[in-house]
Amino acid sequence: MSDTVTHYNFAYLDEQTKRMIRRGLLKAVAVPGLQIPFGGREMPLPYGWGTGGIQVTAAVIGPDDVLKVIDQGADDTTNAVSIRAFFAKTAGVSTTEVTTDATLIQTRHRIPETPLSSGQILIYQVPIPEPLRFIEPRETETRKMHALSEYGVMHVKLYEDIAQFGQIATSYAYPVMVNERYVMDPSPIPKFDNPKMHQNPALQLFGAGREKRLYAVPPYTDVISLDFEDHPFEVQSWETPCALCGSQESFLDEVVMDDAGTRLFICSDTDYCRTQQERTDA
Amino acid sequence: MYVAVKGGEKAIAEAHALLAELRRGDPAVAELSLAQIQNQLSLAVDRVMNEGSLFDAELAALAIKQAQGDLIEAIFLLRAYRTTLPRHGVSTPIETSEMRVLRRISATFKDVPGGQILGPTYDYTHRLLDFSLAVDAMDAAQVDDDDWAEEPHHHDSTHSDAQSGGSEKSLPRVLALLEQEGLVEPPPTEASVSVDLTREPLDFPAARETRLQALARGDEGYLLSLAYSTQRGYGRTHPFAGEIRSGVVMVHCPVEELGYALPVGELLVTECDMINQFQGGGQVEPTFTRGYGLQVGLSERKAMSMALVDRALRADELDEERLSPAQDEEFVLAHCDNVEAWGFVSHLKLPHYVDFQSELALIRALRQAAEAPDV
Repeated sequence: MSDTVTHYNFAYLDEQTKRMIRRGLLKAVAVPGLQIPFGGREMPLPYGWGTGGIQVTAAVIGPDDVLKVIDQGADDTTNAVSIRAFFAKTAGVSTTEVTTDATLIQTRHRIPETPLSSGQILIYQVPIPEPLRFIEPRETETRKMHALSEYGVMHVKLYEDIAQFGQIATSYAYPVMVNERYVMDPSPIPKFDNPKMHQNPALQLFGAGREKRLYAVPPYTDVISLDFEDHPFEVQSWETPCALCGSQESFLDEVVMDDAGTRLFICSDTDYCRTQQERTDA
Repeated sequence: MYVAVKGGEKAIAEAHALLAELRRGDPAVAELSLAQIQNQLSLAVDRVMNEGSLFDAELAALAIKQAQGDLIEAIFLLRAYRTTLPRHGVSTPIETSEMRVLRRISATFKDVPGGQILGPTYDYTHRLLDFSLAVDAMDAAQVDDDDWAEEPHHHDSTHSDAQSGGSEKSLPRVLALLEQEGLVEPPPTEASVSVDLTREPLDFPAARETRLQALARGDEGYLLSLAYSTQRGYGRTHPFAGEIRSGVVMVHCPVEELGYALPVGELLVTECDMINQFQGGGQVEPTFTRGYGLQVGLSERKAMSMALVDRALRADELDEERLSPAQDEEFVLAHCDNVEAWGFVSHLKLPHYVDFQSELALIRALRQAAEAPDV
């Protein structure tokens, strides 16, 4: 599109690198929930700002794809705008804010409220791919724990929450069991979104650029949030509906309105909120 | 209100415009040229090339200019460019004992074959601000009678000039003198092939050459502090600066059709050979161990820090108890890259509305539960 970027390959990455990432993704799809090391490249955007997701998107995107990028569920947050502009510039693909129109959705911290369909790909930006990292900082150890399905420590951690606070005190990046084999970090989505991962018809790909890991949840795969029989997994709920669209089923952001601390609760998913408003208006 | 909270495209464009203005500063002041940065801020250029893993002084100067002198930002710019470049091949290991030496010192012997060569160093400068440097460049030529002006500049495109200040004959390595007596462990004899960390992920445990590669592009400040910590007792290694040398080496690349390597250019490097506490005892004769550091350009602080950290990281290999951060490979290597580190720290500036909302809901629920009378 712009003359200044024409000497870069389609979607920025060279074809060799894309092939390397696709190989990693195929392996990830074949073993759902397993973290695959990959030769993550240095991207022109900072580590921690979505370089993993960007590399995955760059590796799977084609000229006919329609890309949606969200951050915190919103299409108009600065980093979402920036990443969308990056692909519009380097790949010249069409972009959209409409969830149902997108073939690829790159996301940070949310899964869209509108159910995804078969053929769509949801690409997550992942900061720390290792769900056990905050229990065991050593990679050499966590690798063994995954190999041996040694996940007792994770349940102990959740149990300690219950002992101290009366409930599981993890509200986002809530660990899940994928395909009855690997404990996986769902990325820092609110636990509200966890149930959407289960048996989702879309392909879910995860990219961690700084940590150089890929993983995947193929369509229609079991994704179960860890819990206890007497302390079953629960999602967040709000006392008020969205102040803009009236939805009672979506994840709400809290906005502080004035110095007196007046709060407004609105959908974090901007596309969903807009659709709901249009429906109400009609 | 809603849009204001979420920000957007226009805000980004305005931010870039403001940044450009701030970078340029007062338009009445002459704009910096890349040649000025390359020549007069050459140590900054060296650092950016080392941690940016790209030997290109002009691009490093451009990155420094574009980043307003923020070296980590400049390193990031250079890396992001480097990653798009094709790889034509791998050179044979450089032979630093054949270096045309600009500076060479040993802290372990009063005199060594070839002598001690001080070269261009800040070591014995009195750190008094030199106000003669504050006068305008126009007048500087008259005032500046410093030796530095006579030193040919190492970033000069003509490297043949760069050696005239150095020793023409190659100097024996100081540690080789100890090797003859068997007092120090020999250096690795085979040039083992290391992974290219810019193409493959770091894997633990890492081979020493992989560790050295990570340290070579690691953050100078981080390595300096870790090196310092070993001197203060956190993983003590009793180091001596066996030899530090800076100078020009030839780089050779193998040509398959010819069956041998051809010289492709010259490189100014700084090398540090550290002599450390011995191992052995019992049946095994005690020998000194060593730590190694190598950097492009005149980067002595980094080369020395690297050598100390390299030695500390050999704890397992040398059967030492790992008790300190500098001995912990996963801790040191996973956090030594400043582009990764700053990326992840800076990402806290990104919106976290959703996660924070989740935490708010949780903490409110927990407080409610705590206030509620026991049933």
